[in-house]
Amino acid sequence: MNTLICLAGKRARACIHISRIGKRLGRRLFALSLLCAAAVFAGPSAASEPGVRLDTAPIDPTDVVSLQSGARTFANYCLNCHSASLMRWNRLMELGLTESQIKDNLMFNSDKVGELMTVSMSRKEAKQAFGAAPPDLSVIARARGADWLYSYLRAFYRDPARPTGWNNAVFENVGMPNPMWQLQGERVRVEQTAKGDEGADAKAGHGAAHKPVRYELAKPGSLTPVQYDETVRDLVNFLVYLGEPAATSRKQIGTLVLLFLLALWPLVYLLKREYWKDVH
Amino acid sequence: MAATEKSPVTGTGSVALDGLLTWVDQRFPLISTWKAHLAEYYAPKNFNFWYYFGGLAMLVLGIQIVTGIFLTMNYKPDANLAFASVEYIMREVPGGWIIRYMHSTGASAFFVCVYLHMFRAVLYGSYRAPRELIWIFGVLIYLLLMGEAFFGYLLPWGQMSYWGAQVIINLFSAIPLIGPDLSLWIRGDYVISDATLNRFFALHVIALPLVLLGLVMAHLLALHEVGSNNPDGIEIKDKKDANGIPLDGIPFHPYYTVKDIMGVVVFLIVFVIIVFFAPEMGGYFLEYNNFVPADPLQTPAHIAPVWYFTPYYSILRAVPPLFNSQFPGVVAMGVSVMILFLLPWLDRGAVKSIRYRGAHFKAAVAAFVVVFLVLGYLGTEPITVWGQFGPWLGNADRATVVSRICTVIYFAFFILMPWYTKVDKTKPEPERVTF
Repeated sequence: MNTLICLAGKRARACIHISRIGKRLGRRLFALSLLCAAAVFAGPSAASEPGVRLDTAPIDPTDVVSLQSGARTFANYCLNCHSASLMRWNRLMELGLTESQIKDNLMFNSDKVGELMTVSMSRKEAKQAFGAAPPDLSVIARARGADWLYSYLRAFYRDPARPTGWNNAVFENVGMPNPMWQLQGERVRVEQTAKGDEGADAKAGHGAAHKPVRYELAKPGSLTPVQYDETVRDLVNFLVYLGEPAATSRKQIGTLVLLFLLALWPLVYLLKREYWKDVH
Repeated sequence: MAATEKSPVTGTGSVALDGLLTWVDQRFPLISTWKAHLAEYYAPKNFNFWYYFGGLAMLVLGIQIVTGIFLTMNYKPDANLAFASVEYIMREVPGGWIIRYMHSTGASAFFVCVYLHMFRAVLYGSYRAPRELIWIFGVLIYLLLMGEAFFGYLLPWGQMSYWGAQVIINLFSAIPLIGPDLSLWIRGDYVISDATLNRFFALHVIALPLVLLGLVMAHLLALHEVGSNNPDGIEIKDKKDANGIPLDGIPFHPYYTVKDIMGVVVFLIVFVIIVFFAPEMGGYFLEYNNFVPADPLQTPAHIAPVWYFTPYYSILRAVPPLFNSQFPGVVAMGVSVMILFLLPWLDRGAVKSIRYRGAHFKAAVAAFVVVFLVLGYLGTEPITVWGQFGPWLGNADRATVVSRICTVIYFAFFILMPWYTKVDKTKPEPERVTF
């Protein structure tokens, strides 16, 4: 680490290297300026294990049918252990559901639609059962990102070495067993040594090892793989909505505010030009 | 009675209003203040793009104060309630999410404006005599702003809030002898806890904003005492007409008020795009990990400060520890900010503006901008981001080596300034300002 000062014998060689760094730096700077421009799209990635390639979640926050289906999956499969205690049930009326629909089809733990999405399992019990208390899912999509959730929920496989019998390729040794195994079925991970893998270690760490993971379906579930992907897509769509319920109206209001400002600009420009006519 | 010595206010077009203003003016320096700071404050007529950011920084200060007041009405400074209360604002307070996003985007916008405003001062030598005090007040504002941002960042009580504060407060414990007690005193507890959250809330909401407003006032009073610099770096007060008005000066109001309104609208367009369409700004304005509630038992794999602190964070990481102590890095980081105070006395150039400086100064500024951006970028990433060098450089992390080189250049910009500004081959300044 502390070898910035070149040793006498190695000085010339080191300096050549440093000049190369300089050139590379120039290119990087150019790339950096582009990156800054595109920061919205290419910022620091949401928390994910290094070396795991995430699939892009094909979600659509305006697809109400998908959101409703995601809400159903969420209530059936997630909300038994995980809470979403920052969200009220009756807010789901935004998704086109009526109060009685929410009450009859989604709510199993609570009886008033004005209540928060809590669970009856205590954190202590949960910790005993899974080793770690299941996190609250209210803003999980904002912490993990849709792509991570979409990949994670589709990356479970059978692993007899784990206490639950389940493991996950996106979140190694996760405490949660596959909650939707009846839908997805039971998969086994097929170990493979890809041919181009030798160089991966040398590159070390940063985006180097995009391990492709292959599975075999040992026991089919009630859904086909395509149907399962759609179910997870809807669930992730709902989780993204859950993370920021105001997101859709945020963009609608934003468009109006932006249009107002864009219309205002020519007026203030003309005002300025009028006043500045006599400045020479 | 002194009140009768002033002439009555006329010209509002309404007798009643004239009367009211006369009544006020005889009891308060209304007209003289208006004239001194707006209608008869003569600013150079050649302000360019860079001169928008001071006013915009004031606008953002206003946004932060107003949105901050509304956030305080619903936020709970309690370790058990803080995280949920922020989401309560986001979900259940009508318009709460707009207020919160304006405040979180405003924090970054404030630094964008202040950095560009300071860079303007470097470009045109605005810190040089007789404006040294304006610069010093400005650097104090910048320091307070850093404190304000740091205290405010703990309040959402997410993982990055918690661990970012942990890292920064631990820096103080690296100070020999008094360090551990000092950091204990800052935290008010052995770990960051409810006590820390409460005091940070008090500092963020009351103490620092009060001082900040006072300093902004002092900054403006000092500016209006000596008059504004301009892109040519010459004094417009040297050439006056028969009435004592600078030939190249125009009244701030209405000329620069209408021009600044134009700048404000452009700024708001950018601001609104972020607030409504990309409030997280790809993780730079709102870090993803901060949507995980603070957990004292779980250290995140990668702790990065928010972007506006990252150049200094890089400097901290770049300096190697001495006798197992991070103290040298802490000193380097402290000095890297404090050295800004000396700028007016480090610059020995014959001219103020970069327009008439020579190649030495231009090259130094260009290098400074590059290393500031590189340090800023590296501060957001883990040090392994660019991999390692081979054994010929002890397998050193490339990012560490680059940030060390950048740190040296950063300090060289200041330490060598008396030399390179003096030997610089400057061009003659014009007699009058140019457009």
